[in-house]
Amino acid sequence: MRTAATRPAALAAALAVWAVIAHGNALIGVVNPVLLPTPLEVGRVTVDLAGSGELPRHLLTSLGRVAQGFGLAALAALGLGLLVGFCVPLRLMLEPVIEFVRPIPPLAFLPMFLVWFGLGETSKIVFIGYTTFFPMFVAIAATVVRVDVVLLRAAASLGASRADLVRRVVLPAALPGIVVALRVGFGLALFVIVGAEFMGADAGLGHLIMEGRTFFNPAQIVMGALALGLLGSLFNTLLLAAERRLLRWRAAA
Amino acid sequence: MTGGPKIQIRRVSKAFGAGARVMPALADVELDVAEREFVCLLGPSGCGKSTLLNIVAGFLSPTTGTVRVDGRPVTGPAPERGVVFQEYALFPWLTVTGNVEFGPVMQGRPAAERREVVARYLDLVGLRAHAHKFPAQLSGGMKQRVAIARALANTPAIVLMDEPFGALDAQTRETLQDELSRIQHLEHKTIVFVTHSIREAVYLADRIVVMTSVPGRVKQIFTVKLPEVRDRFAPEFTHYEAEITSVLREEVAKVRE
Repeated sequence: MRTAATRPAALAAALAVWAVIAHGNALIGVVNPVLLPTPLEVGRVTVDLAGSGELPRHLLTSLGRVAQGFGLAALAALGLGLLVGFCVPLRLMLEPVIEFVRPIPPLAFLPMFLVWFGLGETSKIVFIGYTTFFPMFVAIAATVVRVDVVLLRAAASLGASRADLVRRVVLPAALPGIVVALRVGFGLALFVIVGAEFMGADAGLGHLIMEGRTFFNPAQIVMGALALGLLGSLFNTLLLAAERRLLRWRAAA
Repeated sequence: MTGGPKIQIRRVSKAFGAGARVMPALADVELDVAEREFVCLLGPSGCGKSTLLNIVAGFLSPTTGTVRVDGRPVTGPAPERGVVFQEYALFPWLTVTGNVEFGPVMQGRPAAERREVVARYLDLVGLRAHAHKFPAQLSGGMKQRVAIARALANTPAIVLMDEPFGALDAQTRETLQDELSRIQHLEHKTIVFVTHSIREAVYLADRIVVMTSVPGRVKQIFTVKLPEVRDRFAPEFTHYEAEITSVLREEVAKVRE
């Protein structure tokens, strides 16, 4: 039983549970109430920071970094994924290298990017790009490889050139897998932007969270985390809507 | 190219795999198909009949030998050779119309002409009312009708059909055989049709090529001297069925040994 009211109701319930626990703690004092901010306190911090223009600034900074890093990685992953998925010799050459580099946790390279690109925007963008590229690239190449050879043969026998095959068969056939790869990649970008902004940044939601720790303001930490969650689910909703539109044919049955 | 065979298959062999695990699939196949002829390749599963069709289509290249169409060697797939697959191979993201006009789009035909072509071939297979549906909304028989319309809309001289009715239920299968026979009397294509159904072959073919198994060779060729519109219950029809059955039975027995 899923209705239009299910989502808001579930979110309201979660908020209520949080409120009961935090306010209950404030009354009884199990732990220091400062350590467990209530929704009201988080709301107050949000309003303060939004009013001063701080919150939008941090939010846009993070969003800008994510958009650039993820955007570049998505383009590269799409291009190379199609190429490698379609071209067998290239795949055989690249596979061992990728399988070696891929399991290295990207955070291990963050200090390297800071050494190379300094504390400015470039290091963050490159870091997000690097982190999100591999999972997206591997997923896209894998969907391209799985495109049914019979569809390619059918198109070729109808006169499709190699470029037509990529544009009119491989791309639409791989689209469901590509959308999933992009969703995973964007989730990952939000995941790691925080880490990048913890280390040497003067703006961004990660910096805001770190500032909350430095100035002992747990409400600000919670607010930063919630803002990231909101951003993630917003993008996910957008991509799901786009997916439903683009993949109408799958739901047609 | 008047007089010469439309399709010329000369000493075609095909082996899969490499080294010690080479599997011969076809050995020294010789076959000519005349223009407007309907030829069925018939044989037990694993006799390489689909492999032969894929070589004529240009999807596979022969290990030795050549296939010529109008005297020119086949080097790859081309729009002159339309293909209908057992698994339909419709583009699921395109509507029925989108699938049928795929070939004309590839040939760069203008939109108005494409509309005409789509209407004509959807009428031919009786699916005009379903033009805006997606393949997922169609039954197996309807999907194969769309696939046939898609192949014909590209006006190929040759249509290659790889067990096109193999996945359909018996009733739908006979209906589609009737339709294909009717369409052939209108369109006069050169057709190579792979099947393992003797009945289907006798119903449709001008000539039936019975193949041996592992590796596939041409065992015997039957010329079907029956009227254009065939009666599955006529004594002559049954006679062909019985004769081919006995030839084929030897082959199936050989595979079992």
